[in-house]
Amino acid sequence: MTHHSIRNSALRGLTALGLILAVISPNVAVAQAQEQYFGIPSSRVGPYSAMGTGYYGGIIDYLNYVNMKFGGVNGVKLTWEECETEYNAARTVECYQRLLTKGNQRMVVFDTLGTPGAYAVINRMEPDNVVLAQYGYGRTDAADGTVWPWVFNAAGHYWGQVAVQLGYMAKKEGGIDKMKGKTVVHLHIDSAFGREPLPAMREITKQWGVRLIEIAVPPPGLEQQSQWLQIRREKADWVTFWGAGSGMNSTAITNAARVGFRRDRMIYVSFGGAEEDMVPAGPAAKGTFVTANAVPGKFPLIQDIQKVVYGAGKGNLQDPTRIGSVYYNRGVGAAAMWVEALKNAQRIANKPGKTVNGKEYRDGYEALDISEAKLKEIGIQGMLGPFKMSCAKHDGSERFRVMQWDGKKFVLVSDWEAAPDPAYIRKLIEESALKYATENKITPKKCS
Amino acid sequence: MFYREAGQYADSYAKDRQLLPLRQDKLGMMVILAIGFIATPIWASDYLLSALVIPWLILALVSLGQNILMGYAGQLSLGSAGFMAVGAFACYNLILRVPGIPFIGAVILSGLIAAGIGILFGLPSLRIRGLYLAVATLASQFFIVWCLDKFGWFKNYDTSGIINAQAIVIFGQTMNTPAEKYLVVLVIVGLMTWMAANMAQGSIGRGWMAVRDMDVAAETMGLSLLRTKLMAFAISSFYCGVGGALFLFAYLQTVEPATFNIEFSFRILFMVIIGGLGTILGPFLGSAFILLLPIFLNIMFHAIFGQAVDATIASALETVIFGVLIIVFLIFEPLGLARLWQITKERLRLWPFKY
Repeated sequence: MTHHSIRNSALRGLTALGLILAVISPNVAVAQAQEQYFGIPSSRVGPYSAMGTGYYGGIIDYLNYVNMKFGGVNGVKLTWEECETEYNAARTVECYQRLLTKGNQRMVVFDTLGTPGAYAVINRMEPDNVVLAQYGYGRTDAADGTVWPWVFNAAGHYWGQVAVQLGYMAKKEGGIDKMKGKTVVHLHIDSAFGREPLPAMREITKQWGVRLIEIAVPPPGLEQQSQWLQIRREKADWVTFWGAGSGMNSTAITNAARVGFRRDRMIYVSFGGAEEDMVPAGPAAKGTFVTANAVPGKFPLIQDIQKVVYGAGKGNLQDPTRIGSVYYNRGVGAAAMWVEALKNAQRIANKPGKTVNGKEYRDGYEALDISEAKLKEIGIQGMLGPFKMSCAKHDGSERFRVMQWDGKKFVLVSDWEAAPDPAYIRKLIEESALKYATENKITPKKCS
Repeated sequence: MFYREAGQYADSYAKDRQLLPLRQDKLGMMVILAIGFIATPIWASDYLLSALVIPWLILALVSLGQNILMGYAGQLSLGSAGFMAVGAFACYNLILRVPGIPFIGAVILSGLIAAGIGILFGLPSLRIRGLYLAVATLASQFFIVWCLDKFGWFKNYDTSGIINAQAIVIFGQTMNTPAEKYLVVLVIVGLMTWMAANMAQGSIGRGWMAVRDMDVAAETMGLSLLRTKLMAFAISSFYCGVGGALFLFAYLQTVEPATFNIEFSFRILFMVIIGGLGTILGPFLGSAFILLLPIFLNIMFHAIFGQAVDATIASALETVIFGVLIIVFLIFEPLGLARLWQITKERLRLWPFKY
C-alpha cells in the first residue's frame, strides 16, 4: 500500500467514525407515548450461542406475538432493542448502559441470562430504577426482597434447584436416611455461576451425612479428563453438574462414558440441560437427568406463536425445529412474566394503555400471581410451575421438574418437585441477604 | 506544511530533551487535555463515559504497562491480566481491612504489591528468553487466579467468590457519577502516561531498549541485566496493578477472579501489538481498536439493518469483520496503529508536496 492510499484510507476511516458517532448520539426524535420499550442483551455468538439464540429468540417471538395477536398490552405496543454481550460481563455492562435509554424511553427490565452478567449490573438496578429479572439464575439471596427490592428470581434459583436435585437422589436411593455415607460430587465450571449452589449444598449434605466433593473445571471446560478420573477414584454415587455452554456439557457426558460413570447418576443444572447440550454427546447422553424450570414441548401458546409469528414469516429462530425446545420455552416463559408484570403495572398505577416507568413496573413484577388458571389463560399450563411473589419473597416457583434424556428427547420423570425442606433454604437466603445488607450498610425494607 | 519544525531551535539541553519539543505537538496536547478535562465531562453522556471511555482509558493504561515490558524491554510476557487481578483484589482488601486508608493511597499500594509479585515472576527472565519466557510467565497468570480463587480470605469469604468495590472516596468526596469516576481515571492515567513517556525517553528506557536489542551487548556496556529486567517487570506490573484496581473501582464494580483469565491477557497482548510495540501512543490506539471496534460494529449493524437481518447472522458477521480487520491491519501496518499516525505526521509535514 502506498503512502497516498494509506492517507486516503485513514480519511475514509475518519468519515466512518463520524458516521458511527452520529449513530450513537442520543436520538432526539419524539417517540410515541403508547409504547413500552424493552432492552434485550442477547448472546448469540461464542460458546453459549445455543442458549442465547434459543432463549432470546423465545423472548422476541413472544413480544412479537403479543403485538401481532393483541396489538400490544392494552394497546401499548412493545418495542425492543437488541445488544450483543457475547456472554461477557464487561460487554453486558456496556449493553446495559447502551440499552438503558432509547430516545425518551427508558428500559424497565433487564435479563442477562447469565450469573456473571447479573453480578456485574446488580448494584446499578436500584439507582437506575430497572428491574433485574433473573430467570432461574443469578444471585440467589436476591430472592429476599427486603434487601433486594429491584431483583427477582421468577424461575427459581440455584439453591432451591440443588436441594431439589438432592431430594431426587434421596428418592431414588429410598429415602433421606439412605443418603448417609453416600458421595456426591459437585462438578462445576470455575465461575460465580458454578459455585452459586455450594452454600446450600454444603449445609444440606452436612445435615444428611453425605460426603460432598467439589471439583472445579476451568473455563471453557472442554478438558475434563482428570476431573472424571478423580470422580471414579472417589467412587462417587451421584454427580451434580453445573456446566456452561454445549461444548462443556456434552464433554462431561462423553468423559463420564469413558470412565464408566452411569449417566443416570448425573443431574444437570437447568441452565445447561437442553437438547443442544445432549445431542452432541450422541448415544452416550442417554439416561442423563436434568432439572427444568421450563419444560420443553408444544404447549398451546407455543403452537399459537408458531402459527401467528412464524406463519407471518416474522419468527426469530433460524431453525424452526427448535420451537418448543428447552431454551426456547424458557425464553417464552421469561417474556410472559415481563408482559404479565406490565399488565399488573398498568393496573396498579391506574395507567391502562399507557407507558409505565421503572418504579411502576417493579410494583407490577412484584405483584406477579401466576396460578394454574393464569398459566392456562396464557397457554403454558404445565410448562412453568405456579407461584406468587410478595414484597419479601422474590423467588418464583421453587419447584423443578426432573427430565431424563432418552437418546432423542427429554422425558419427564417427575412432577413439580419442591426442595425437601423449603423453609430451610429460605432461612439460608435470609441469612445471606442479611449478611450482605450489614456489610454494605443497607437497611432492609420493611414488609409488613 | 503543518508539521514543519523549521525555526524552532532548542537553546538549552533541557529544551532539547522535552517530551514534546515541537510547538505543534504542544498545541495538540493542550487541545487533547482540554477535550479530556473540560469538554468530555461536560458533554459526554453517561453511556459514553461509563461504557466506553472509562474502560478504554483503563485498558490503555494496562497495555502501556504491557508495552513497557514487551515493547521497550523486549521481555515477552503473558501475565498482565493476572497482575490486574492482584491490583484489584489488593485494593479491595486494603480498603476493607485498613481503616481510614485514602483511596489514592490504596491504589498506589496495590500497584506496589503487584510490582512485588511482578519482580518475583520476572526472575526467570534472567535465564530464559523469548517464547520460553512467555511460557514461564503464563505460570503467573494461572497461579494468581488460582490463588485468589482458592483462598476465601481474598474475597472476604463471599459465597459466590466475587468482590464488590467500595465507593471511591477522595478527600471526603464520594465519586459516584460516571463523570467523577472518569476524572479520577483520567488524572491517574494521564499522570502515569506522562511518567511512562519520561521513562521511555530517559536513561531507564534507553537501558530497556539496549537489553531488548541485544542483552549481551548491553551487559558488556555496563548495564546490569538483573536491575534493568526486574525494573521493567516491576514497573510493568505496577501499571497493570493500578489498572486492575481502577478496572474494579471505576468500571465494573463487581469482579470474580475468573474475570482476569488468560483470554483477558491475550486481549491486552493484542492491544499492544495492534497499537504498536515500543510506543506510548500505541496502547491507546490498540485498546480503542480491540475494545471499541466490536461495540461500534454491533451498534452499526443494529442501526443500519435493524431487525431486517437475522440477529444471529449479524452477531456472527460482526465477529468475522473484526477478525478480518485485525488481519488487514497487521498485513498493511505490521508496526501498529501508532505507525499510521507517524506516517500521517510525515505527510502533513510535506503537504502539499508528495515527497
